[in-house]
Amino acid sequence: MVNSACYMVTLNNLTVSYRQHPALRHISGSFVSGSLTAVVGPNGSGKSTLLKSIAALLPTAPGQVSVSAPRARIAYLPQLVELDRGFPIDVRDAVLLGCWGATQAWRAVTPVMLTRVDAALHAVGLEGFERRPVGALSSGQLQRVLFARLLLQDADLILLDEPFNAMDSKTVVTLLALVRMWHKQQRTIITVLHDDTQVRQHFPQTLLLAREVVAWGPTEQVMTEPNLRRARAMAEAWEDEAHPPACPLRVATFPVAGGKTSGPAAPVPRCSGVLETAAQ
Amino acid sequence: MSVLHMLWNLVASPFAEFAFMRRALVATLALSLSAAPLGVLLTLRRMSLMGDALSHAVLPGVAIGFMLGGLSLTAMATGGLIAGMLVAALAALVTRFTALKEDASMAAIYLIALALGVTLISRHGTQLDLLHILFGSALGVDAAGLMLVASVASASVVALAAMYRGLVLGSFDPAFLSAARRRGWPDWIWQQGFLILVVINLVAGFQTLGTLMAVGLMMLPAVSARLWHDTLPAQLLNASVQAAASGVAGLLLSYHFDTPSGPTIIGCAGFLYFFSLLVAPGGWLPCILFARHRVA
Repeated sequence: MVNSACYMVTLNNLTVSYRQHPALRHISGSFVSGSLTAVVGPNGSGKSTLLKSIAALLPTAPGQVSVSAPRARIAYLPQLVELDRGFPIDVRDAVLLGCWGATQAWRAVTPVMLTRVDAALHAVGLEGFERRPVGALSSGQLQRVLFARLLLQDADLILLDEPFNAMDSKTVVTLLALVRMWHKQQRTIITVLHDDTQVRQHFPQTLLLAREVVAWGPTEQVMTEPNLRRARAMAEAWEDEAHPPACPLRVATFPVAGGKTSGPAAPVPRCSGVLETAAQ
Repeated sequence: MSVLHMLWNLVASPFAEFAFMRRALVATLALSLSAAPLGVLLTLRRMSLMGDALSHAVLPGVAIGFMLGGLSLTAMATGGLIAGMLVAALAALVTRFTALKEDASMAAIYLIALALGVTLISRHGTQLDLLHILFGSALGVDAAGLMLVASVASASVVALAAMYRGLVLGSFDPAFLSAARRRGWPDWIWQQGFLILVVINLVAGFQTLGTLMAVGLMMLPAVSARLWHDTLPAQLLNASVQAAASGVAGLLLSYHFDTPSGPTIIGCAGFLYFFSLLVAPGGWLPCILFARHRVA
């Protein structure tokens, strides 16, 4: 195998900022072709930003992200909130939009595509829902519809942003089975997740993110308590950046020290303290 | 026999006897066919007030056309078209390069455009001209005006058909569309193309209904149509039918009661809206009557 084909996605010092606030800093590394990776980290650690950068939905400097699959072979599933659930479209048409890569705006829908839609709906357990409007579905059913659409996209690189959020266990089992099937089919999958147990059970690779890479590799080596603590500490540190520790004057007015109401309390150096604990 | 005769007098004879009524009828029906479906898509894209904003934005262009060419349809339509496109493009640029969302930038720009338009017209025309441009005169549509409306309606129906799939995907799941876009096919092309369709329909409608009322035939039937159906094609069709019905009824009423045609047509659309609010499946009465089924 040629060396470049080994890596599906290569990140080279990827840095993304929203209005001068860094969301991702100096991310470098590669996702191997056919790998199944969970991206974990505290809120605001840049997980969604990473996925959007790989999907080229965010502008990045040339060379920071290189994907070896052509654009039409990348599938990206955003969080459910980014979808207009009131739109008058039925389940079959919503799934059929997964063929957008082949049909584009004008080419006809072939009977083969319709057969694939039926098969996909069967795979996610939604037979008989073809003519239901999307607005009448529950969150779990809607996520199944979107997974059916992913099946139709037939992508080499699949990016999932919190796909199991607010899903019941039955839905999670069905959808995880699809993820495992894609993994067997040698597709590369990168998934943002919050459930540590799920990550440990089903995802061989993990990227622990806190605006920068905390750890990246086999899940059992990444999801260790020291690593997770370090990620949490870094998250607290940047929350302090956003709301800096109260200045001495402010502390004098609103003393923070428990019970000590007379005189100014000593300013607590929260950032460095946390980082020190993290470093140990 | 006499009932038939009365019906003929009420409904058919105004159109049979007067050419201006026939032209007004054809113009309104053509507009219903093209503008109402655009209105449905506008509401679905959460841009209900965008049509309103664009219709105001057309005004200074119409005014400048009026100043240069008098009450000439070509001059005013060209002016309105240029102004509408300019405002749409300007709003899109503001959205792309600043923190403002499109509706906010559109609101700012159209208010400026409206002020400019009213100033220009009241400086350089009579009160009557201003009224004519703001509220239109369906009964004064001439052959050239009819040609304009017919061409715009045909072009925009064809264009809408061509853009249909992209617009549906762009409204339903914009993130998917931008993720799946191809090199050299930016996804804002759908949005801008769609806004251009809205502008040309508003320009076509301004002579018949006036710049302020043109948007009524676009939005009112669209909003009521959404109460009736769950699927987009049905909503589009329903909106067109409602617009056409209000057009015919409005023209007849304005003929018999000697009211201005534009507001009368919109009034009829408004009546249909309230009717839909009451009895349509998504409306008030079914909600009350079948509430038990929904809960269970």
